[in-house]
Amino acid sequence: MDYILEMRNVSKRFGEVQALQPVNFVVARNEVVGLVGDNGAGKSTLIKIITGYHQPDTGEIYFNGKKIEHLTVAKARDLGIEPVYQERALADQQTLWRNIFMGRELVTYAGLLDVKKMRQETQKLMRESMGFTSAAVTPDSVVRTFSGGEKQGVAIVRALYFQAELIILDEPTMGLSLSETRKLLDFVREIKRAGKSCIFIDHNVFHVYTVADRIVVLDRGAVAGEFLTKDITLESLMDKMYRVAQTGSLD
Amino acid sequence: MTSREDPAVAVSQRRLLWEEWEDGLARFARKYGLQIGIICVLLVIWGVFIIGAPATFLSREIYAAFMSTIPFFALIALPLTLVIIAGEIDLCFPSIMAMGTLVFVKVLEATGSPGVAFVFCLVTGFLIGLLNGVIVVRLGIPSLVATIGTQFFWRGVVLVVTGGHPASLVPVKGTFLYQVLVGRLGGYVPAQMLWTIFVAVLVWVILNRHKFGAHVYLTGDNRESARLMGVNVARTRMMTFALVGLAAAFSGILASLEVNYFWVTLGEGYLMKTLASVYLGGTSAFGGVGTILGTFVGCFIIGTIEAGTVAVGLSGFWTQLIYGLIIVLSVAMHAALNRRLAK
Repeated sequence: MDYILEMRNVSKRFGEVQALQPVNFVVARNEVVGLVGDNGAGKSTLIKIITGYHQPDTGEIYFNGKKIEHLTVAKARDLGIEPVYQERALADQQTLWRNIFMGRELVTYAGLLDVKKMRQETQKLMRESMGFTSAAVTPDSVVRTFSGGEKQGVAIVRALYFQAELIILDEPTMGLSLSETRKLLDFVREIKRAGKSCIFIDHNVFHVYTVADRIVVLDRGAVAGEFLTKDITLESLMDKMYRVAQTGSLD
Repeated sequence: MTSREDPAVAVSQRRLLWEEWEDGLARFARKYGLQIGIICVLLVIWGVFIIGAPATFLSREIYAAFMSTIPFFALIALPLTLVIIAGEIDLCFPSIMAMGTLVFVKVLEATGSPGVAFVFCLVTGFLIGLLNGVIVVRLGIPSLVATIGTQFFWRGVVLVVTGGHPASLVPVKGTFLYQVLVGRLGGYVPAQMLWTIFVAVLVWVILNRHKFGAHVYLTGDNRESARLMGVNVARTRMMTFALVGLAAAFSGILASLEVNYFWVTLGEGYLMKTLASVYLGGTSAFGGVGTILGTFVGCFIIGTIEAGTVAVGLSGFWTQLIYGLIIVLSVAMHAALNRRLAK
């Protein structure tokens, strides 16, 4: 099987709390994996390890079959792992273009910021991918004036611009309106069609079920079960998740 | 009826154009509002002083005096703006001014070379600043507390080493270094003013056209977001402190050479003026927002008030009251503008 990401026996402890038991987790090429589980199940810890934000205590991480040592945020982004966080990771008082290029600013050959290019690219992204049509929004607009959906759009477009191979969506539907949520789910299908991979984390099983190829259920820091969405109905999946949350076992 | 003949459509089109123009204006105001505001404050104060004391404020001498004294705190206020944008504060710089000059004096005694002494002075400032950064970032101590502590510590080192005795810098007078640092260009413009302009441009470029500056804004705005997006938040914060240290040592040696003497109290009295200049210039105490132009203008407002107050015929006792008034009013103006422009 062709895996874009493979994690073996990865675990993480914060002080007294074992946030993640040693788990195995894979994402195949061009697969959308839904990651579900209750609060504190370890979802966020797992993806923050994948994005290089946390260093795992044990285990190995392979990306495109190659073992990755000491993954950092910068290294992960270079590999094409692009997170879209639930807190959306925006700087509210800064302009749109600064947010799009946050942490990966374009520079000229002299080593100075290429502000003009970043503004132009932002303008292009706004027109082509974000659906901002109002003249009131420009690359120099300050992000805090945006709606929740628009902010989500900024975070997603950031991932698109940098040609991510594996896009990680952490609770992307939180705080979105109905139509914004639908747009987001379309976007996930778009990722699949473009041949890329995606990890989709959400509380809402309905959202995950409609777009994911495979669903991984986390519970108390361990993988409680995995299902291909084509093999399981939404009802029985919800049934199992409820039981896991209550008893810690799927059946 | 075609749209060309329809007066209602013509009116609505005109309104659209007007709205677009208004939009553009609002965008411009949002982007430069704070800077325009602070420049207006400077012009008003300047105007009041010219009207109140024309003999003083229309003469060359007063401007020569401003250009020789304002740089000593402006040089520090410029990089301090970065610290405050990054969401931190630094109260240690007055002591770094004294430490830098102390090292200058000691190295000069040992080597006899003003050039070597100058380099050691700058390195000292940079390292003390960096140490402040390390204490704040690595030990996780709030910068307000940490730099109150280091401010006392380094002043203490100066007092212990010197025993409270000042040192003469007269031997340096007339050297090339002296001319470059505090000489007078054309017999009128103090070299320290040119250094201030140079540093202002340099810090502007760093803040607005370099990755480091971009990361300073992001760090101050939302530290967690910046970290998630791969910004090296720790290094950015430490570096801002190091730059203030470097600037403080530089300013300290300029101030000492200007009077040909190293006083162990060097730097005392600059703390409030420097901080006030930065806040006056529209830099947010909450981080994430601030401009170099604002700080630059803020320094000149603070620097003119003292002389201006006396020149218009008020006693020196009025100075502090007027400082306070202008600072509170300006900061209130920034807050009001900010709220309106954010909408």
